[in-house]
Amino acid sequence: MTQKLTQQQLTELAGHAKSIRGNIIRMVTEAKSGHPGGSLSAADILTVLYFAEMKVDPAKPKDADRDRFVLSKGHAAPVLYATLAEKGYLPKEELLTLRKINSRLQGHPEMKNVPGVDMSTGSLGQGLSAANGMALAGKLDARDYRVYALLGDGELEEGQVWEAAMFAPHYKLDNLTAFVDFNGLQIDGPISEVMSPLPIPEKWQAFGWNVIVIDGHDYNAIYDAIQTAKTVKDKPTMIVAKTIKGKGVCQMENRAEWHGKAPSREECATFLAALEAMDD
Amino acid sequence: MGNLATREAYGLALKDLGDRNKNVVVLDADLSKSTKTNVFAKAHPDRFFNVGIAEQNLMGVAAGLAAAGKIPFASTFAMFATGRAFEQVRNSICYPQLNVKIAATHAGLTVGEDGASHQSIEDIAIMRVLPNMTVIVPADATETKQAIDFAAEYHGPVYIRLGRAAVPDIFGEAYEFRIGKAALLTEGTDVTIIACGVMVAPARHAAEQLISQGISARVLDMASIKPIDKEAIIAAAHDTGAIVTCEEHSIIGGLGSAVAEVLVENAPVPLERLGVMDTFGESGTPGDLLKKYNLTEEAIVAAVKKVVSRKNA
Repeated sequence: MTQKLTQQQLTELAGHAKSIRGNIIRMVTEAKSGHPGGSLSAADILTVLYFAEMKVDPAKPKDADRDRFVLSKGHAAPVLYATLAEKGYLPKEELLTLRKINSRLQGHPEMKNVPGVDMSTGSLGQGLSAANGMALAGKLDARDYRVYALLGDGELEEGQVWEAAMFAPHYKLDNLTAFVDFNGLQIDGPISEVMSPLPIPEKWQAFGWNVIVIDGHDYNAIYDAIQTAKTVKDKPTMIVAKTIKGKGVCQMENRAEWHGKAPSREECATFLAALEAMDD
Repeated sequence: MGNLATREAYGLALKDLGDRNKNVVVLDADLSKSTKTNVFAKAHPDRFFNVGIAEQNLMGVAAGLAAAGKIPFASTFAMFATGRAFEQVRNSICYPQLNVKIAATHAGLTVGEDGASHQSIEDIAIMRVLPNMTVIVPADATETKQAIDFAAEYHGPVYIRLGRAAVPDIFGEAYEFRIGKAALLTEGTDVTIIACGVMVAPARHAAEQLISQGISARVLDMASIKPIDKEAIIAAAHDTGAIVTCEEHSIIGGLGSAVAEVLVENAPVPLERLGVMDTFGESGTPGDLLKKYNLTEEAIVAAVKKVVSRKNA
């Protein structure tokens, strides 16, 4: 049974995603460094999570019963900050302080000072373990919150990911749903050429996860996969989301060079125009 | 408690703590029989989680539990807790200042027969360098229990270094461990011996032996390596004018270095450091290893004589 969003919800989500993408481009341009490509590829997943699913309240960022989100691919900090600002955790003007001295918006997410950041990440491979711990705590305390984590596909090359992959099914963490942002590119090139983690869905299945493969830019597909995950008992769910690196800016799409490079001011204007012209 | 290894005392203390504090959870990486977390596991099976041979995930899961309000104790051998999982301890625990307690056993040469691959002689140095980390090296069973209770009360990352081999009792039941404070074991006027862990007992014996040789040695147990007791070190420099440090750890970066840092900036006096001399250990009994690597009562006596002659030169 497919669970669908209403047309109004879809329109609202598209508006949020466009705003988030615009802010990603602006903040990385202003910072003169950062990771736009993998931020843009994950924008739709975060949009659905924060605006259609997660039980969170910007007024109570430390609420014990809130849903949690761990951005394991911490270099995509711009998409997290932009989403938190869109949701009301941060003033949008503050986004332009990203990576600057005395800003709380560190180059990679930092939980101590930024409301809404549930785990400090940035060193790849570590986020899923922390999400495991949060999900385990939820079980121990009989709280009904859910824990979400987002991993990069290149990140799957880290050994710790597979330690964490063993743990979650072993302890039946069905309150944990993770995503792989499967955009196919890492810094040095295509993941299949640098160090292939393929096939991805089969690996997670073999580790005991419920696996769902979706188009990571299709709001209905993202939403439906999240709903399905909530019905699965005794197993965590891995949603392998096929995405396009740089999604939304045609000049950046599917180009590894935009993994960790900031646009110039001229490029920024061009990219924002391209984003505006993108079909919702 | 009677000549227990600090890991044995840890298991008992952890079980008691678990009885009193339902928020305490314990994680181990397939070494629960050796680290003695099995004592807790038996009493509180619902709050014990074996992560398997996966120390990086061990630290990450502990971080997540702490982020959700639990008080996790993560245990494995010191080698793996601080070596294999160093960067997880740094980035997932210390940087976000999460309330994780790392109780690592089998530290130092006294691991014994397993040899150099398992003898962590770097852990004090690499935990001490981490911002937000507290580092404790208990000397006996009583101090271990108190350090564990302190760690549970304190909010933030704590590293507790524990040993495999039995150690003699140093403290009576009235002893009160205080973080950032050295414990005065023997008063003295000519020199101060500052020790931690398994070296505290030989340090005290060395002081007794030195009395007959006309040297009055103060002995401090410096279990609290970070924060270190600067006042006690400076007072020792002023009162006795010479210091010897001894630790079952590399001569680089551990207790001796921490004491040297305080002395050189505040009260430079002659200092001799006993430790493992920038080399790996090897297989052997704990006793044979301590002898071969010059971590004995006799070595402390010799170091004291040397430092006193430097002071008087």
